[in-house]
Order: sequence, then C-alpha cells, then structure tokens
Amino acid sequence: MSWNAFLPYVAVMAVVTYLIRMLPLTAFRRPIRSRFVQSFLSYIPFAVLGAMTFPEVLYSTGDLRTAAAGVIVAVLLSWQGKSLLTVAIAACLAVAAAQGILLL
Amino acid sequence: MNKEWLKGLRHGIPIALGYLSVSFAFGMKAVGDGLTWLQAVLISATNLTSAGQMAGLPLMVGGAGLAEMALTQLTINLRYGLMSLSLGRKLDGSMGTLQRLIFSFANTDEIFAVASAQPGTVGKHYLYGLMLTPFLGWTAGTLLGGVAGTLLPAFVRSALGIAIYGMFLAIILPPARKRKPVRFVVLLAVTMSLCFRYIPGLNRVSSGFVIIICAVAAAAAGAALYPEKEGDAP
Repeated sequence: MSWNAFLPYVAVMAVVTYLIRMLPLTAFRRPIRSRFVQSFLSYIPFAVLGAMTFPEVLYSTGDLRTAAAGVIVAVLLSWQGKSLLTVAIAACLAVAAAQGILLL
Repeated sequence: MNKEWLKGLRHGIPIALGYLSVSFAFGMKAVGDGLTWLQAVLISATNLTSAGQMAGLPLMVGGAGLAEMALTQLTINLRYGLMSLSLGRKLDGSMGTLQRLIFSFANTDEIFAVASAQPGTVGKHYLYGLMLTPFLGWTAGTLLGGVAGTLLPAFVRSALGIAIYGMFLAIILPPARKRKPVRFVVLLAVTMSLCFRYIPGLNRVSSGFVIIICAVAAAAAGAALYPEKEGDAP
C-alpha cells in the first residue's frame, strides 16, 4: 500500500484510539452519573467483540470445516475460563488437526 | 532496578506471550492484504489494540473514508474510555498528569484487567513495567508475522488466522457465562452481525459500519433491559 494512502489512515486510528484512552484518565475525572450510559459503556466491549468474531471467524482459515473445529475448541475452553494464550493456541492446533484429518 | 517496575514487567509477560501469537497473525494478514511489514509494525506500535487494528485493515485496503475509519475506531475502542475511567480511581499519587498521558497509550483490555486486579492502588513504576512487556510482544509479533508469515507453509498460516478470534472468545465468554445481561448483549450483537452478512441488501453495508451498528444497538438494548446497579464491576 502506498505511504501517501497509508499514513492518514494510521494517523486517524492512532489519534482516535489514544484520545479515547487518554481523556477519561486526564480531563474527565468525575464519575459518570447516568446509569444508562454507565451500563451502555460496560456492555460495549462484549457487543463489539461478539460482532467482530461472528461470522468472520468462520472465514479466518479459508475452510469452513477447519474454522468450525477451531471455534468449537475455543468456545469450550473459553467457557471454562482458560487464559487468552491457552485458548488462542488450542484453537490454532484444532484447525491444524482438522486440516490433517481432511488430508487423509 | 526498581522493584515495582520489575514486578510490572513480570506481570506483563503472560500478556506479552498472548499478544505475540495474536499480533503475529495480524502482521501476516496485513502483509497478505498488501501492506509492507514496516506499515504493519507502525500500526501496531502506534495503536496497540487488536480489535481496532483488525477492523481498520479492511477499511484501509478497501479505500474507506477517514470519517468511517475514525467512527469505527471510536466505537470499537470506546470500551477503553470506560476502562480508563475505572482505572483512574486506582492510581496513586505518583500518577500525575504526565504519567497519565504516558500510561493512557497502553490501557488495553488485558493490561487494564491485570492492573485492576492488584490490591490497593497502583503507581507509575508498576504501570510502566506492566505496559512495556506487552508493548514489546505486540510489536515484535507483528514484525515476525509481517516478515516471516509469508514464508510459513499455507496450513500453518491458515491455522494462525484463527488465533485472534480465539483471544476474543476468551475475553467475552467467561463473563457471558456468569452474567445474563452480557450473554444477552453478545447474542444480540452476533445475531445482528450474521444478518448483515447474509441478508441480501444488508450485506452491502461496509464492515466498519456493521460493527458500529451492531455494537451500539446491542449495548443500548442491554443497558435499557439490564441497567447495572451502582458498584457493579465494569
């Protein structure tokens, strides 16, 4: 990608992301009063990650069947509260194993 | 060497290892999508956010407008604002405005989670240590993925493609299991996202806006139906 096209994007991404993290720690030090806003903000991460994961994860390996194997393993381990690293690696291994089985 | 700083560094190691594998996948995908490895590393070193970077990639490559990029990042990363608000109450007197300006850069989901879990207050030495190892892991992983990712055999590359989503699932599912409102919000967001992908007409909406619409609608529905009580954990 050309640098002229790239740099404005990366600048916008970095500045927006930094301001979101920085302003509440420096400028707005008062707690939020509205219960709705508070709840809304606390649910946002789950909604974002849910919408980003499905259905995208099903296409992340180039084969629906191997992706499904990875998703099943990741869901089971996450549900049990395993760490990020464990879940990420186990999902990759499940995809690799499924690929191996499909080659047989 | 400062003891608190070393403790922070040490607490950052598991985060760094997790980041290493996920950012490897990001670097590989970015280069696969047509960026140079240096561009991929620059994104990681200036953003330090998995979800935002993953969502930003197709927008860049697809030539989206800068406003769509800004709005997408705002929505996806809005959660950091809440984390910063929450963490602000945990900082001790060593965290003046300058220190807050520096630490803000690294307030990711995982760093926030570890810092919040510390007993009592946290200070600048600990936080500087805690932000350093994950930053190095995230940047180095992107570099390795960008440079070496295309050298890997195809089956390894496709297996790594799922790593970042494994991490997302590991973040959302444990609280979804424990709290009904979170379960509701996740299911609603996923259902909407599926509609935007598979229903003709709706599937013409671009990826950034889909995430914004799903996230805002699901979180608002959750907040309306299940307003949190005072003092609930964020």
